[in-house]
Amino acid sequence: MRSFNLISSLILSAVTASILVVTSAQASGEVNVYSARKEALIKPLLDQFSNTTGIKVNLITGKADALLKRLQVEGSATPADLFITVDAGRLHRAKEAGVLKPVFLPLLEKTIPKELRDNAGYWYGLTLRARPIIYAKDRVKPAELSTYEALAGAQWDGRLCLRSSQSVYNQSLVAATIDALGAKATQSWIEGMVKNLVKAPSGGDTDQLKAVSAGVCDVTITNTYYLARLINSSKKADQSVAAKLAVFWPNQSGSGVLGRGAHFNVSGAGFTKYGKNPKQAQALLEYLASESAQVWYADINNEYPVLKGVEISSALKSFGDYKMDPIDLEILGQNNRQAVQLMDRAGWK
Amino acid sequence: MFKTHGLSVFAVVIAAFLSLPIIVIVSYLVQADGVLWRHLYETVLSDYLINSLLLLFGVGTGVLLLGVPTAWLTSMCSFPGRRWLSWALLLPLAMPAYIIAYTYTGLLDFAGPVQTWVRDLTGLSYGEYWFFEIRSLGGAIVMMSLVLYPYVYLMARAAFLEQSVSSIEVGCSLGYSRWRAMWSLALPMARPAIIAGLSLALMETLADYGTVQYFGVSTFTTGIFRTFYGYGDTAAAAQLAASLLAFVILLVMLERYSRRRAQYHSAAESRARADLIPLRGSKVGIAIVICLVPLMFGFIVPATQLLLLAVFEAKPLGWDFVGLAWNSFSLAFLAAIVAVTLAIILSYAKRSKPIKPVRTAIAMAGFGYALPGTIIAIGVLIPLAWMDHGLIALFESAGWDSPGLLLSGSLVALLFAYTVRFLAVALGSVQSGLEKIKPSLDHAGRSMGHSPLAILRKIHVPLMRSSILTAVLIVFVDVLKELPATLILRPFNFNTMAVRVYELASDERLADAAPAAIMIVLVGLIPVLMLHASIARRRPR
Repeated sequence: MRSFNLISSLILSAVTASILVVTSAQASGEVNVYSARKEALIKPLLDQFSNTTGIKVNLITGKADALLKRLQVEGSATPADLFITVDAGRLHRAKEAGVLKPVFLPLLEKTIPKELRDNAGYWYGLTLRARPIIYAKDRVKPAELSTYEALAGAQWDGRLCLRSSQSVYNQSLVAATIDALGAKATQSWIEGMVKNLVKAPSGGDTDQLKAVSAGVCDVTITNTYYLARLINSSKKADQSVAAKLAVFWPNQSGSGVLGRGAHFNVSGAGFTKYGKNPKQAQALLEYLASESAQVWYADINNEYPVLKGVEISSALKSFGDYKMDPIDLEILGQNNRQAVQLMDRAGWK
Repeated sequence: MFKTHGLSVFAVVIAAFLSLPIIVIVSYLVQADGVLWRHLYETVLSDYLINSLLLLFGVGTGVLLLGVPTAWLTSMCSFPGRRWLSWALLLPLAMPAYIIAYTYTGLLDFAGPVQTWVRDLTGLSYGEYWFFEIRSLGGAIVMMSLVLYPYVYLMARAAFLEQSVSSIEVGCSLGYSRWRAMWSLALPMARPAIIAGLSLALMETLADYGTVQYFGVSTFTTGIFRTFYGYGDTAAAAQLAASLLAFVILLVMLERYSRRRAQYHSAAESRARADLIPLRGSKVGIAIVICLVPLMFGFIVPATQLLLLAVFEAKPLGWDFVGLAWNSFSLAFLAAIVAVTLAIILSYAKRSKPIKPVRTAIAMAGFGYALPGTIIAIGVLIPLAWMDHGLIALFESAGWDSPGLLLSGSLVALLFAYTVRFLAVALGSVQSGLEKIKPSLDHAGRSMGHSPLAILRKIHVPLMRSSILTAVLIVFVDVLKELPATLILRPFNFNTMAVRVYELASDERLADAAPAAIMIVLVGLIPVLMLHASIARRRPR
């Protein structure tokens, strides 16, 4: 047991030391970030930022709502300066929860289109994520497809795959549809799609793509960067999955809400109300919206840039141009709760 | 006498402190939102309940079928391969449930190699042949049974090993056959341990989110998260969690009632053992197959799959893995020591003076295991942040700089959360070890003038060494695999292997997650092997 004690005291002191290191990370020349964007998809940019500016970035990643809860509970003592999420609804939720503060950034007001940021400056969109229809090339003709709404039609009976309604991407899609069609029509749309499902929803977006490719179903709705990732994969199996699939941009033509455009969402960031390093936070946010960072997002994760004129990856180019639903992204947040209720009622698992 | 009293008070205080997060969660019940509850009741609640019950029933059956026979065979019978099987059967413990779910899905899904091969071979296309749907309730039951049976195996095996041989021998001398002695003596005597293992497996099942969510099975726990994330409603999520807790308390009470006053002591001083039951002929084969099945499907197949992914498809490991491994290891080790030490103190206080306040407080503190880690984390965050704000106010009134979030923003919060979440694991093992020690030993110690703590140190701890080590091992491995609480409570720039696996896997980069997953398994193997060595040493042969 003696050696056991020795080991445990060694570990104890090492852990104590790391606690000290961790708490000391709040001096000046730093910025503290709570990010719902995964480490692998933001750390390289943060490192780049630190290299060019000398400002150290401290990072905690996690799920948006959990980080939001942490911000709320920490209140005025929070060390966080920036809150980054991958969904506009969560940014809105954070604004409503009173943990963000409005900041006017002339540079970003100029470069980021109005609909991709909060009017009062509570948050700024950083990348765009489109969620169109994906179909199997060999079994579906593009002419058969038209709108999201049409996926509830009888011709798609037993041909549709959808990810779980647990996914925030689907919740936002429904939230946007509520805005376009109203709650009642949205619910019958969901009911129609649920009836058309070939199997109960499971897995992520990539799993839906694989299901369509393997012939389990013919159409699905996913974010485009998952398909782009398969296209760019070094694995043969991934490439052959992608080769059987194509993107269809729904709701492009037609009058009124039918032609509102394809659903999209943003990842974005807002300043925390009690952040202690506003200057550094501003520098970081401006960096994330700069051209070099935007190019990185487009290259590495195949997300659409929020800046106009930034080069996009060849995979994204192959999907073609599309018209976006010009909805005010705040609405995604406002309608989220109702969206989940409708999905519960319609039996979208 | 005063000292015993002091111990009781101490135990109640510790247990109350550890119950803080649970109290926080339950206190949300006062702000119930009738509209949301009615909506849940009308739409999804019955689905959640039915699925959770089916899951519990399935996993319960699964872990008993896999855990008890293997424990019996490896501790009581002799057959070739028994020695290495006895420790190899622990290996699935190191495999997080969501990881085994990912790997089997990769193998057995419609797009996976097995079904693709079937299609190529037969020329059929999807839907024209029957194949086990891995993403289903049944799939979740199989996955969880495969990685959770070691709880039952470990506890049952420790019980079988600690059973005094004399009782079985007496049974045999009274004319029982060895198998009869097993059914009528050994198994009933091991019942507290088996139940302890079973309830750990079931509580873990209830708290699981990763597996059921991936398989698209709506359980009570996915409901909690849907309420938290989808509705953005912490209060309602906490209320659902509190209902889950009520259900667990009910189960535990039922089990207690069914055992009532039965006492399970054995003559712990008899260390000698009868010879193992030698198996011959076809029985050897059957025994080996029974032991190989859980090992094969719970460890070898998924670990091989991970290894292949890690070697051929993942990005190579960077040096930051050393840091990740160290963070995971040190945190798990520390948490295991803290949790088991507290469990020993608490169980001993209960044994020396089983008065109601002590028993209630301890029972309360143990229920953290049934709650999902995220919910525990919120329960930890709220009181710690409150204390932090108090501290900050104190510092500032003294004219000093604010110390920042000393408790809620540091590893203290994580250790606290782990202890709350996994205390039950430590308690289960330690208590079943203690229960087997005759009270007469305590009386003897006391009559010789030893203090309760001296008795604990000199008599009990050495006698239940393997139970204590078992507790340390399980808490260690559990913390190593723990994800949700770590994710919410960790300090800045602090990553663990489980966090790395989650981030890559949830970003649908399974192959890239494989190296970290293997690291978890490897680090988890260290205590498994240590434990095995220790148990083997206990028994001279």
